[in-house]
Amino acid sequence: MSDVKKFCFLNRKAPYGTVYAWESLEVVLISAAFDQDVSLVFADDGVYQLVKGQDTTGLGIKNFSPTYSALGDYDIKKIYIEKESLDARGLTLDDLQHLTWEDENEDWAEKDSIMVVEKAELAKILESQDVLLSF
Amino acid sequence: MKFGIQVNEGPYTHESSISALNFVRAALDAGHEIFRVFFYHDGVNNGTRYTTPPQDDKNIVAEWSKLAKEHNLDLVVCVAAAQRRGIVDEGEQQRNGKDGNNIADGFRISGLGQLIEAGIQSDRLVVFGD
Repeated sequence: MSDVKKFCFLNRKAPYGTVYAWESLEVVLISAAFDQDVSLVFADDGVYQLVKGQDTTGLGIKNFSPTYSALGDYDIKKIYIEKESLDARGLTLDDLQHLTWEDENEDWAEKDSIMVVEKAELAKILESQDVLLSF
Repeated sequence: MKFGIQVNEGPYTHESSISALNFVRAALDAGHEIFRVFFYHDGVNNGTRYTTPPQDDKNIVAEWSKLAKEHNLDLVVCVAAAQRRGIVDEGEQQRNGKDGNNIADGFRISGLGQLIEAGIQSDRLVVFGD
């Protein structure tokens, strides 16, 4: 068996209120050092994690959302957002950060990391994973 | 089959630690192997020996320690999550100038890489949390 496994991090909670989102991101960044096939899924309130223009000044806690824009540099380029979760919250792709990665095979062309997928397709994506970590 | 286990909640507020304990026992009884149990988020609170529940209550920390001793389990507490929550071993005590430590028998503190390694090395990684 190949040493490369498909790792998927499923994020279902809002970015603030609990620590899950931030500590999930910490694992995601560590996973990049292991040369695995990593993808991220944001569903339910997890879609709020990627909303742009976050300001936590009033909360008095760290705004970690700028870290997501570094994911491309960590070669994490498959970020799936559940469409139904966006719809239910009145959000569209335009409300989210524009996350990209650079394709070295195409002269470092900048490509979108975020893919909005419907629930049924997301189920197939989750089914295809070797390791699923849910936060 | 070789299992990796992730525990995301502390011993008492949530059921996930007891569920994980029960799962690990059942897996071992059925002849499976437990590659590692990794404690993350508030799950690191399963690793303090200062836990003292009332006598008629289950001592979940002690049960983990006992199970680890019986089956030579690798119980790993995430260092970043542990530092936030005051779970300290001798090494961390010295590094951070603390006046004591509280790590329970059979637990060790290490990095998040141990969780990813558990995912790579195990046939299944089972997450216990909310």
